[in-house]
Amino acid sequence: MNTRKFRDVIGTKLMLIATLFASIIFFLILILLLFKSSLVLQTESITEILFSSTWNPDRGQFGLASVIIGTMIITGIALLIAIPISLLSAIYIVEYAPKRIRKIIRPFIDVLAGVPSVVYGLCAFLFLVPLVKDFIAPFFGAQSTGLCIFTASITLAIMVFPIIISLCIESFDAIPIVLKEASLSVGATKWETIKKVVMRASAPSVIAAILLGFGRAFGETIAINMVVGGITRVPTSLFSPGETLASLIASKYGELMSIPLHESALMLVALILFVVVFLFNILGVLVLRRAKKRWNY
Amino acid sequence: METYQIETKNLNVYYQVHNVLNNIDIKIPAKQLTAIIGPSGCGKTTLLKSFNRLLEINEEVKISGQILVDGKNILDYKGHEIPDIRKKMGLISQKPYPLPMSIYENVAYGLRIHSKKNKEELEKKIEYCLKEVGLWEEVKNRLNDPATRLSVGQQQRLCLARAIAVEPEVLLCDEPTSALDPIASQQIEKLLLKLKKDYTVVLVTHTLRQAKRVADYVIFLYFGEVVEQGPAGEFFNNPQDPRTRAYIQGDIS
Amino acid sequence: MELLNKRIIEEKLFKVLMILSLCIVLGSLFIIFGIVIFNGASSISLEMITQTPKEGEVLGGGILNAIIGSIYLALPATGIAFLISMMIALYLQRDFTPSWFSNFIRFTLDVLWGIPSIIYGIFCLMIMIYLGVGSSLLAGIIALTLLEIPIITRSMDEAIKMVPIGLKEVSYSLGSTKFETAMKVLRRQAFPGILAGVLLGLGRGIGDAASILFTSGFSNRIPSSIFDSTAALPTMIFNLYSLPSGQPKAYAAAFILLIIVLTISVASRLLTRRFKKHVIK
Repeated sequence: MNTRKFRDVIGTKLMLIATLFASIIFFLILILLLFKSSLVLQTESITEILFSSTWNPDRGQFGLASVIIGTMIITGIALLIAIPISLLSAIYIVEYAPKRIRKIIRPFIDVLAGVPSVVYGLCAFLFLVPLVKDFIAPFFGAQSTGLCIFTASITLAIMVFPIIISLCIESFDAIPIVLKEASLSVGATKWETIKKVVMRASAPSVIAAILLGFGRAFGETIAINMVVGGITRVPTSLFSPGETLASLIASKYGELMSIPLHESALMLVALILFVVVFLFNILGVLVLRRAKKRWNY
Repeated sequence: METYQIETKNLNVYYQVHNVLNNIDIKIPAKQLTAIIGPSGCGKTTLLKSFNRLLEINEEVKISGQILVDGKNILDYKGHEIPDIRKKMGLISQKPYPLPMSIYENVAYGLRIHSKKNKEELEKKIEYCLKEVGLWEEVKNRLNDPATRLSVGQQQRLCLARAIAVEPEVLLCDEPTSALDPIASQQIEKLLLKLKKDYTVVLVTHTLRQAKRVADYVIFLYFGEVVEQGPAGEFFNNPQDPRTRAYIQGDIS
Repeated sequence: MELLNKRIIEEKLFKVLMILSLCIVLGSLFIIFGIVIFNGASSISLEMITQTPKEGEVLGGGILNAIIGSIYLALPATGIAFLISMMIALYLQRDFTPSWFSNFIRFTLDVLWGIPSIIYGIFCLMIMIYLGVGSSLLAGIIALTLLEIPIITRSMDEAIKMVPIGLKEVSYSLGSTKFETAMKVLRRQAFPGILAGVLLGLGRGIGDAASILFTSGFSNRIPSSIFDSTAALPTMIFNLYSLPSGQPKAYAAAFILLIIVLTISVASRLLTRRFKKHVIK
């Protein structure tokens, strides 16, 4: 057989291998995590791990409740802040901003998305932490080192902005102008048209954006680790330190790598993280795909 | 002496640098059906959309001149008065665009915005509008279905119902039958003939025959300029301008 | 008119809120840049970027080890990821696979895209330990490659999807095989998008700390073999940010990192625009 055909066959086979490789990675990771966490699951039951709030590996206590609560609070607050701000920004950029301003703003959003987590963490550490310690916490009558839930939430919110904004912009752009015209011709104001027609039509995409934002927030490790305080106790106030699942892995890995049981516990944390983020992402991707199919005017 | 609901004086519309509409002086009589005819791409839709100030949502459009509606120049109106003008003018587009809601909600949309009606009044009004466009019998049992499930012809009638729900005075129709099959087109034409008793209808069409069937008054637009305008009888039987004659005979299209 | 006024007021209120939100978003960006540039500029010196730390000490000297380390990690990783992603992205075209398969793969890639990078790091570390290698440059490269593949593939896929089908048909009707068409026609036509994707992956790879935290270890020296541990800019920042004596290095590293990210972003935009000229519409 001639060389061209040969190249075609080999080339195609290589492509197939590469593709299969990519699809298997997910399962390999899952299997590895399951395998490695099995050790700790043999010594403690899953319910105890999830619901006990004492994390003291040296004494064999691997209660993750406080960390889970910390994660949920921080992620929750971060998204509570990020969603309205991102939505409003996206609406403004698409519907109200003059073309010139719009052209300038888009790149800024992209740059914001490209800033590495460490840099976010560093800036939060240098700017937010003292701010919280010296002004914000005392304003609310609390004492704080600045390394706390509040700081972590704000940092996370800022990191999530670009994701939600970009997805929303894409979705709003896809709405046919004629639909907006139809609403305007009945005498609706621009804002009413946005509220009732644009938002309604892009609702699935917005939900998908939020889900993906959740996934991102949940899995953020580095920036949170730098400002959350690293204390594995249930946080008593917004201004007390705490810990999240992802950050815990980063904090404790070095210390605990030597002891198999401890390492296994951390692997379990990684597994939980992996599964939760996966669920959020899968939901988000599914909703997004359905949304893209729907609006075929 | 006819009353003219809409008049334009020296209307010029520019899109970027192109002079899309050039010194338009026209009069549209009240409570009659005026057809705006002319070859495709000559500015008919632009003219129509200038009446309800929908043109300006595009930043690159510039308008000068006067558009008088009931004697007042609507180009003078400021931003917050514009929704009111639009309410006065109902717009039906070429391709029906039902809003992404149920049939009921589509018609209710304008009503909810402009007036506080309780549920009973709302339902009565919606039934009335759907009856006016001849859609009631076909949809009365599935008012909560998404509007996108209707056929194209039904969707167009729904858009009409949606438009008349807010009690406009003028109906601007931009080639409303071009996306429809012959039967649906006929229905729409019959509907327009009925509606012109209560509303001033401005119909953009590029089918000469349609204009002949329904128009009381005709305006001929050619490459952004008004060539001739007048009552339908005179227009078709005794055209003054050679270009009008050529168009009517089908030499230019 | 009453009702109209209420509606107008509502619109004005929300307009204010919208602009406020946008200011918050853009303001954050400016604050970040401000902090990094302000602190970084004062810490950057010729010594900082051309020297490695002195033997046995983490502090003192410069951050050359981190700079070179980052380059040694990110470039090979991006290179390998590019090759693999290219193959995957081309393979996903309708000509090679049935759509159920390519949809499944695309879905998998979308999911992989969202996995926290620390998971990739742990995964790689485990494998490397099992293979007896431990934390090293090699481990870091592999972790970054895995991280970048979904990102780059996705961008490429989007770019290739937009190639007009007529172009492919022309190639086939001239007798090309599928593979040749893919390599010669699709690649060229989609080049701007492909380039943008690669740069995106590179940017992510060079800035990511979590995946290389445990896999690449830490070192004062510039790595001399792929089995050495190595420092990198993100991990340097992470390790030194809270030590007052380490902070100048952290700032300098952050400064360099931000400049790199910015350069990549600008370059991506410029190059895409430039190459789009050669692309057939």
